[in-house]
Formats: sequence, C-alpha cells, structure tokens
Amino acid sequence: MKPSKEKILEVKKLTMDFGGLRAIDSFDLDICDKEIVALIGPNGAGKTTFFNCITGIYKPASGDIVINKNGKKERINGVRPNLITEKGFARTFQNIRLFGNMTVLENVMIGRHCRSKSSVAGAILRNKASIQEEKDIVNFSYNILKKIGLQNSVNELANNLPYGDQRRLEIARALATEPFLLLLDEPAAGMNPNETAELADLIKRIRDEEGISILLIEHDMKLVMKLSELIFVVDYGKKIAQGTPEEIKVNPNVIKAYLGEETNA
Amino acid sequence: MTTDISASKIDGIKKSVYTALWFMFLTFPIMVIKVNTIDNIIIWRWENMFFIGAGSFILSFIWRYMISKNEMKSEDSTGILQTFSEKITSEKKIYIPIIIAAAVFVIAFPFIFSMYNTNIMITALIYVMLGLGLNIVVGISGHLFLGYAAFYAAGAYTYALLNHHFDISFWFALPIGAAIGAVIGILLGFPVLRLKGDYLAIVTLGFGEIVRLILENWNDFSFGPSGIANIPRPPLFNLKLSLSEAIVYLYFIMVVLCIFTVFIIRRLEDSRIGRALVALREDETACQAMGIDKTKIKLTAFALGTTWAGMGGVLFAAKTTFVNPSSFTIWESIMVLCIVVLGGMGSIVGVIIGAMILILLPEYLRAFSEYRMIIFGIVLVLMMIFRPGGIVTSVRKNYKFELESK
Ligand SMILES: Nc1ncnc2c1ncn2[C@@H]1O[C@H](COP(=O)(O)OP(=O)(O)OP(=O)(O)O)[C@@H](O)[C@H]1O
Ligand SMILES: [Mg+2]
Repeated sequence: MKPSKEKILEVKKLTMDFGGLRAIDSFDLDICDKEIVALIGPNGAGKTTFFNCITGIYKPASGDIVINKNGKKERINGVRPNLITEKGFARTFQNIRLFGNMTVLENVMIGRHCRSKSSVAGAILRNKASIQEEKDIVNFSYNILKKIGLQNSVNELANNLPYGDQRRLEIARALATEPFLLLLDEPAAGMNPNETAELADLIKRIRDEEGISILLIEHDMKLVMKLSELIFVVDYGKKIAQGTPEEIKVNPNVIKAYLGEETNA
Repeated sequence: MTTDISASKIDGIKKSVYTALWFMFLTFPIMVIKVNTIDNIIIWRWENMFFIGAGSFILSFIWRYMISKNEMKSEDSTGILQTFSEKITSEKKIYIPIIIAAAVFVIAFPFIFSMYNTNIMITALIYVMLGLGLNIVVGISGHLFLGYAAFYAAGAYTYALLNHHFDISFWFALPIGAAIGAVIGILLGFPVLRLKGDYLAIVTLGFGEIVRLILENWNDFSFGPSGIANIPRPPLFNLKLSLSEAIVYLYFIMVVLCIFTVFIIRRLEDSRIGRALVALREDETACQAMGIDKTKIKLTAFALGTTWAGMGGVLFAAKTTFVNPSSFTIWESIMVLCIVVLGGMGSIVGVIIGAMILILLPEYLRAFSEYRMIIFGIVLVLMMIFRPGGIVTSVRKNYKFELESK
C-alpha cells in the first residue's frame, strides 16, 4: 500500500522546557496519511515528552502543532487532552496506564466515552436512545477486543492480565476512540520475541485495514526497521536524522548517538 | 524488598505527620481559641489541638495505607463473605425468599418495635442515604471528601428557612434541598478541581467548618446557635397525624427514598457516566487521554454526591423538627465517611450495612457510646489491614454482548 502524500500532522519548531531543561528543541515532524512513522532516540531523548506535547498533556513553550483533517487545518497547541482525543488522536502510555480495577471490556468502553453522549438524565431514565447507545458501546468494544485478540478475557480485571496483554489492551482502548492517528509509546517494551512479532502484525493490520496512521516510539530496532516507512531520530531534544530505515541504518550521526550506545549496552 | 517497604512506611508516616500539622495549624483558630465575650477572656483549648492532630494523623495514615495497598495490585481477596454474597445473588431460590423476608421485616418494623426504635431506624436510614451519596464521591470516583456535613446542613436549613419564611411544605422543600446540595457541590467543586487526596480532604474539611460557622454566627440569616424550631413533619394530605403516626409515616418515606436512592445510583453506576467516574478514580491522566472531560466529570461526581446530602438534610430537619448548627459538625462528616469506608468503597450493599452497623450499634450499646470514636478508629484500622475493600467489596459488572460478524 502506497501512502498518499497528504499530511495529517505537521509539527514545526516545537520546543518544550522543564525549568532549565530543554526537553524538546525546535523539533519538526510531519506525518502523512496512512503512514507508519517511528520516533527513536536514546533514553531521555525527549520522545515521551514529544507525545505529551502533541496530545495536550503538556503545553509546549513554542512552535506549532497543526492537524490537517479533511483539508481543514487546525493548530492544537495547548488544547486540552480530551479535546485532542476527540479530534482524532489516540495514544498508549510507556508505563501502562490502564484502569486497573475495571474489566478489560470496560477499559475499552471508556474509549467510547467521547464518541457517545448519553448524560446523567439518560443514565437514570434509560430512554430508548441511551439503551441503544449502551448496547452499541458494548458491541463496538467487544469487536475491537476480538480484533486485538483479547476476546477471551473480556470480563477479567485489567490488573490481572499478563503484561503483554495489558499493552495490547491499551491499544484496544485507544482504537475505541476511532482515531486517525495512533501514537504508541514503546508498545513492545517487556514483550517476548513472539509477542513482539504478533504486535508488529497487529500494527500493520491497524494501518492497512483501518487506515489509521501510526506514530511509534520504540527501542526495539528490529520492529522499527520492519514497520516504519519513515524514521525520525531525536537526541537531547534535537532532531539528528530523518529518513527511511535504510538511510537511518547507515547515518553516521545516528550510529554515534544511538545505535552505538545500544550495542554497548 | 523489605527495606523498600519499611522505607515507604516511614515516608508515609512522615507525610501523615505533615498532614496532621497542617490540620492542627488550619483548625487552630476554630478549635483552640475560644473567646468568652462575657468575661472578655480567651480560653485556650489545647486539648482540641491534640485531638485534631491525632485524628488527622490516623485518617491520613489510613488513606495512604489504602492507596499503597491499592497500588500493590489487589491479589483477588475472595473472602468467605464474597463467595457467600455471590452465592446469594446468583441463585434465585436463595435470594427471592431473602428479599421477601427483608421486605416483610421492613414493612412490619414500625408496628413491631417501639416509637423509639423506629426513630433510630429513621436516623439510620438517613445515614444510608448520606452514605450512598458520599460513596459516589469517595468510593466510586475516588475523592477524599471531608466536608459532607456542609451539604447536609444546606439541605436542612433549606427546608427550615423556606418553611419559616414562606411556609413551603416538606414535599416542595425536598427537591429544592437536593438541588441546593447539588449547586453548592458544583460551586465547591470549581476551586478544588486540581486537588486530590489529603489536600482535597483539608480544603473540604475547612469548607464544612466554614459553613457551620456561618450558620452559627450569621444570626439574621440562620438564627445563630439557637437554630430554628417548629419545623413541621411531612404532611400526609391534610390529615392530622399523631406523633407516633407521623413517625411511622416518616419511616416509610425514608424507606421509599432509600430504595429510590439505590435505584438511581445503580442506574448511574451502570452507565457511560458511572464508568467515567470509576475511570477517573483509577487514572486521571489516562482518563483525559481517552477523551473524558476531567472537569466536567469531576463536577458531575460532586453534584451527584452532594444532591443526596441536601435531600438527607431536608429529611433530618423534618425528623427532628429543629435544626441548629451543632448538628452539622465535622463528626457528622467523619461518621458518613466511616460508613463508606467500613461498608466497602463503591459498594451499595456495603454502604447500607456500614450505616446500619455504625448508627445502630452505638444506639443500642449506650455504654460504649462514650468511646465510640475510639472504637471506630480501631475498627477502621483493623479493616484497612485485614479487609481493605470494606465489608463488601464491589464487583464489576459482566456485560453481555452480541457477536457481530465483521
Ligand atoms: N515532567 C517532567 N519534569 C521535568 N523533567 C522531565 C519531565 N518529563 C521528562 N523530563 C525530562 O525530559 C527529558 C526527556 O524525557 P522523556 O521522558 O521524554 O524521554 P524519552 O525519550 O521518552 O526516554 P525513554 O526512552 O527512557 O522513555 C529527560 O531528561 C527527562 O528527565
Ligand atoms: Mg519515554
């Protein structure tokens, strides 16, 4: 599948400071429609911070984050996270943040919150519309779980899932918000090679079948090289390289800053 | 591993000490200094400071303990009670007779027992309602809330004042009291949106005391410490009810309203809004990232919780026929909190059991009532250690779904 060349996210000169620390320094990044893009870099490079900026959890110091949906451009700096999710970004977290004491299905149902609208009155009166909506939420969520392959643990508490399943549940929950861009923060962390291979399949399927673009942070180079069409490399908040996997593999800056360290470790 | 745990324990104790010091500092003007305006002397009640310190230390410690316990991933504590209650709710043959027996008992209660007992039961039922309401805020959506008595007072004074000035009857005052509870809940919600845990507890505690002090001192508005008397009991059409009939009538009103409360809260829990409240308790950041408006859902939680306090207040005023500020002290708030924590955070049945235990036991064990706060304290600490989920732990619903071929 050839990605069409329409940009859905343009980040220009994004800068983020924590006190004196410049965590992201004038960073540019574009994502095109139905593209899998990876963001890599050594520990503490600023990858998660970048995610937090574009999903509204942090307000960047300067720069532009512009989303482009159906030919309409919109700057989303400092917009609240829930509104950004509503606009069509969904993310997972590096340190898993599931709703641990809710069931697997309920976790995904929470993802449907912003796509449904029954209110307190609807909850109490249980009118036709809210009953129907509730049914739709349940079925929609269950079908996502089936796609992700978690249909056998729908009624289990999220806390009780094995680690790999928790990571996949985070993806399921994010998909429930019907995003057009999915941001994955180290989805393969803590997975064994088998699970990682399955995950790679899953990510590809999400892009191919649902047409969702993907921005991926990952330390597993094999996964990154296999999946991504475009790779951005960040070190100390600065972009040090950008290109296809083949280009990145041989880029001297990257080898020095990142891959070199990786092989030492 | 063990050093890790003990280090976090010491850390917890330290934080609780800070909290206690904060409380002592904040409540100093209210609790310690008392100006005797007649003799123009200041009475320093240092012993109060000690109680505040000790009390807030214990509470804060319990709260931290609960949180750490939660974080240590609940290892599925299916106690005897759990399996027992599961059995009851799963088998029709067992639970239908139990429900019928309970219904018969509830209906027959005022005719079997004396007026005194019925009165106590009304109080217990008011606390059931309060507990169920606070449960929305504390148990379901996870906000430690200590000023609940303020909303209770708001409801009671709503009825008392409306009746005093405008002759508004109980049945009109009831929804108005509930609405006022909700509105004040939202108003308090705005400034505390960013607060959590101990900090929220401190602010809400302060709010509760402020409301009580306003009622005590703003004589023109609330008639000060002497309160408002001669509040009518709920009228039954135009019938003249004797005292005992009026009490029986109020008892049944209370029963119906409690069932109503349970009905509403059950529906809320099992809805889009209810799930969002639980998610808010579990993880605020993830909640927002999933598209939930944190502000809106938090204020909803507050309003849904305080509505019942407002309503409970109206009922309290109608029961005692007299309100004054001393009925709405911090102990009232703590009592309701204890009901929620003891019964089981987030569990409706748990809260009902908790209210019955905490209200009825001290009434019938008069000898102990002197020590009841101490006993509560001990019981709560023991609960935290051995059954942190409360007497009845809440169970998540299993949804039914249709398989779609897609
Ligand atoms: N909330 C914060 N306050 C202060 N500094 C922060 C904060 N979050 C991140 N940082 C700092 O910003 C820098 C970038 O952190 P970030 O978490 O974005 O790195 P990362 O690339 O995701 O690393 P990793 O691969 O380990 O996840 C680090 O130096 C980190 O210490
Ligand atoms: Mg990171």
